[in-house]
Amino acid sequence: MIRIAIIVPAFNEEKAITAVVQGLNAIAKEHQLNLQVVVVNDCSSDTTSEVISTLNCVALNLPVNLGIGGAVQTGFMYAFENGFDYAIQVDGDGQHPASEIPKMLKAAIEQQADVVIGSRFIDKEGFQSSALRRFGINYFKKLNRMLVGITVSDSTSGLRLISRRVLETVSVYYPDEYPEPESIILYSLKGFKIVEVPVSMLERQGGVSSIGALASVYYMFKVTLAIIYTFIRIKFRR
Amino acid sequence: MAKIQIIAIAVSLLFLLYIVRLIIKGKLREEYSIIWIACTLVLIVFSFWRDGLEVMAHLVGVYEAPNLVFTGAIFAVFIYLLHLSVVVSKLHSQNKQLAQEIALMKEKLK
Repeated sequence: MIRIAIIVPAFNEEKAITAVVQGLNAIAKEHQLNLQVVVVNDCSSDTTSEVISTLNCVALNLPVNLGIGGAVQTGFMYAFENGFDYAIQVDGDGQHPASEIPKMLKAAIEQQADVVIGSRFIDKEGFQSSALRRFGINYFKKLNRMLVGITVSDSTSGLRLISRRVLETVSVYYPDEYPEPESIILYSLKGFKIVEVPVSMLERQGGVSSIGALASVYYMFKVTLAIIYTFIRIKFRR
Repeated sequence: MAKIQIIAIAVSLLFLLYIVRLIIKGKLREEYSIIWIACTLVLIVFSFWRDGLEVMAHLVGVYEAPNLVFTGAIFAVFIYLLHLSVVVSKLHSQNKQLAQEIALMKEKLK
């Protein structure tokens, strides 16, 4: 039976995390999936650590705050070390409905994909994010297309599935800050097959976005630089 | 010997002593102290050899000797700052690896 790890990065998510973990476990039961929820607590200052210790999940508590990339990578390392076949990243704030998991798994198996990205812009259903965020997403779409020739409509989506082959790569290197758009470049340059499936997202149930309004300019600049560096690093060092 | 020379020498020596003290107390690693000791020695040399600066400036074709000091000092500061950024980046990535290993090991011990 295929073993799936659900990686849930959580930073100060005491309010939302319980529902997220329970929702995932309910879906596993309903679809009879061999699914293990792994919550990575990124050194939260609230009671996230206590809350997750009472839930049906593996709790990884980071001793210092690493940011989203480092936290997610810890989950990937756990999944790789413990022999999981797939890892699916789901945000800890309740934005990603657990009901989309079977759909992503199906896409991975049927299309033999290494990376499955849940996109809110294919069917344009559910929460569509702010105008500024959409502008950024559009920009990364064009940048990705220019550099590696693939079109990912929702490159900042944190709902994604990766295969064991990819787990091996990301256990060694995964971007720290704002990893989502950058990792797409990494995946496509490494030759992994990327597919997108339409999903519907909700507005966050609690917590604050990892990207504030003022930080958006920095975000765009930093990610652009990181994408270009990653491109050069992999392209010319094969 | 001019008053300013005595002051410069005294300050340089005090600075050197402070660096040595930091190393002895373990607050400064030897490899980072090298540059500070080198800087202090340069200061001491030019404190004793007053005409040295003029000679050096003339040698490289700088008309105003103080300009040589500023150019040289700013350049050295930039290089050293870049070096520190590299050190911090390395520490950052090592720190991340350690934190991840700890989180994974704590889970195993449960």
